[in-house]
Amino acid sequence: MKYLDEFRDCAKAEFLLKEIEGLTASLSIPDDRPLQFMEVCGGHTHSIFRYGVEGMLPHGIELVHGPGCPVCVLPMGRVDDCVAIAEQTGVIFATFGDAMRVPGSRKSLMQAKADGADVRMVYSPMDALKLARANPGREVVFFGLGFETTMPSTALTILDAETEGIENFSVFCNHITIVPTIKAILDSPDLRLDGFIGPGHVSMVIGTAPYAFIARHYRKPMVIAGFEPLDILQSIWMLLRQIKEGRIEIENQYARVVLNAGNAPALNAVSKVYELREFFEWRGLGSIEHSGVRLREAYARFDAERKFAIPNVRIADPNACQCGEVLKGVIKPHQCKVFGSACTPETPLGALMVSSEGACAAYYQYGRIKRHEAAE
Amino acid sequence: MNVAAPVRPRTLGRVHVPTVTLAHGGGGKAMKDLIDDVFVRAFDNPLLAPLDDQARFDLADLARRGDRLAFTTDSFVVDPLIFPGGDIGKLAVCGTVNDLAVGGAVPLYLSCAAIVEEGVKIDLLRQIAASMAAAAREAGVAIVAGDTKVVARGACDKLFLTTTGVGVIRESVKLGANRARPRDAVLVNGLLGDHGAAILCARGDMALDTPIESDCAPLHGLIAALLAAAPGVRFVRDPTRGGLATVLNEIAEASGIAIEIDERATPIREEVKAFCEILGLDPLYLANEGKIVAIAPAVEADAALAALTTHPLGARAAIIGRVQSGEPGRVTMRTALGGRRIVDMLVGEQLPRIC
Repeated sequence: MKYLDEFRDCAKAEFLLKEIEGLTASLSIPDDRPLQFMEVCGGHTHSIFRYGVEGMLPHGIELVHGPGCPVCVLPMGRVDDCVAIAEQTGVIFATFGDAMRVPGSRKSLMQAKADGADVRMVYSPMDALKLARANPGREVVFFGLGFETTMPSTALTILDAETEGIENFSVFCNHITIVPTIKAILDSPDLRLDGFIGPGHVSMVIGTAPYAFIARHYRKPMVIAGFEPLDILQSIWMLLRQIKEGRIEIENQYARVVLNAGNAPALNAVSKVYELREFFEWRGLGSIEHSGVRLREAYARFDAERKFAIPNVRIADPNACQCGEVLKGVIKPHQCKVFGSACTPETPLGALMVSSEGACAAYYQYGRIKRHEAAE
Repeated sequence: MNVAAPVRPRTLGRVHVPTVTLAHGGGGKAMKDLIDDVFVRAFDNPLLAPLDDQARFDLADLARRGDRLAFTTDSFVVDPLIFPGGDIGKLAVCGTVNDLAVGGAVPLYLSCAAIVEEGVKIDLLRQIAASMAAAAREAGVAIVAGDTKVVARGACDKLFLTTTGVGVIRESVKLGANRARPRDAVLVNGLLGDHGAAILCARGDMALDTPIESDCAPLHGLIAALLAAAPGVRFVRDPTRGGLATVLNEIAEASGIAIEIDERATPIREEVKAFCEILGLDPLYLANEGKIVAIAPAVEADAALAALTTHPLGARAAIIGRVQSGEPGRVTMRTALGGRRIVDMLVGEQLPRIC
């Protein structure tokens, strides 16, 4: 496939792996303290597992699968809020597909649908707006979910709804921001990361400048990466080269998509429609300051939180769950007490087990190869 | 030879209204007219013609063809009813024919039960029945029994079909999911994922315009050719819902072996790959309706491949992997990049990723 096969080329991968092996060997990394690089974005986690990248890396490099899967960091209470909205008479609740199976304290959206709620899977907020146009007698609520990647499309949809004067459309805004989240991870006392593989899609919107503090204050290198396997390998090589040369910088491997200044029209739409929340609750990471956005007062009539009575109950993560420690890279997924026993992709306790971008769901499958082969 | 009584020639009824109403399910003349007009006229065969409560076939005739009966049933609820490459009628015949054929059976007789929602156009039913008849002719089977129910609007979605099939298995044929052995070859007869992708596109909510057509086809001829050329074949299965990944996991589980496939050897159409890239789906889990997965002993792998590639339904056949002695039940894929990953059973349905 044009523009994809070039980025999955096996000969180029071999070349990069040789370079990575050479650099790793030259760094004399102790056996018990491998370099740990966190890929922040769930899209990277998915690619790493899909192409078997982790198993190709030399000993001495470990990948830590970060919090960048918006479905995975959704707290149980927010899923309950979604179900409560979806179950109100007259509501069509529109959501991205992978939010359907995230467990709430009572049920998931998929179970709510089976129980009679009108939950529709959409591929874009624009599809939800289309539903609102087609069903003027119903209230269509779109579940706005995701980092800066999906934030602009929700904002533009709200602006469209405003222009068209559509009254039966609203957004349950759960959009989250990447920078405070990375900061929360960096502030964690048990942190032991050596660098970041930076989020490609988010950076396409926000640019590279917002990450400067990671290098300046926290002294960690970052390489903003594309999502094809060669992108990821090249980014790992760039991180190693920074370490080797004693540099600590924010580099951009994904220059074919990410401009240093970001995407101005997208950023304009975002700042027009949203304002920062004081706090936002994350599954596994707790409450993080300024890590979520809500609709500004000017767009109140599109805000599901103001249109509906939302229970807004805070449900603590299940006690046994160690999602937070996994998200921060403190433990590997298989080191969690309930991994593979009480918590499996069929009956997920923690959200990391739900989405194919979740570290635990991916590890549940891949981990079996690695441990098995290690034993051979 | 069959034991059906000679049939008194009779005139088939006709429906003169454009849509199905609840009257067509009432058991009276309207129902008889619907069955005559739509189904009996299309399926036309001597076993069906008496319209008794059952079709009757000669036991000795079946016994001459083999030593075991194969018996299967499947329901079809596909939406939309008509899609690129087929329709629910063709699917209902091919699906059940294939379920018989992958067991090594020669498919002979089908029944067809139809549940129709009131308001469905009679012409649509005629079109679908004609498509079933054509598929049955191609597969060499007769539709010999049937049932028709009409339900109120909303009680079903337009049309549901259930087909049940009977076939006969020759003495020498021994197939089973538990028979795979290390070093066996894993074969498929062509491009994977076409049906699943075609149906998802035909639903229209993706707003994607693709030339992908369903691969829906009866596979008994292909399988007969395969078994003739490679009589040691261990197992054949059609990777329908759940796709290739699911079938490989079932074989690995049942035989207590591991399977490794090679991404570069696995034939998938460029359009299907692109479709999956855009939607975040994995083609290994997409449904097929005209494909088989076959496990052949290493010594017969080339003969099996040659038999498949020379058949019209196997031009793009390939050996995609090998059975291994590794961890029982484990299916892995050597990726195009050179890495390795687990190919697990699908949990729930495939949900597109948001970013």
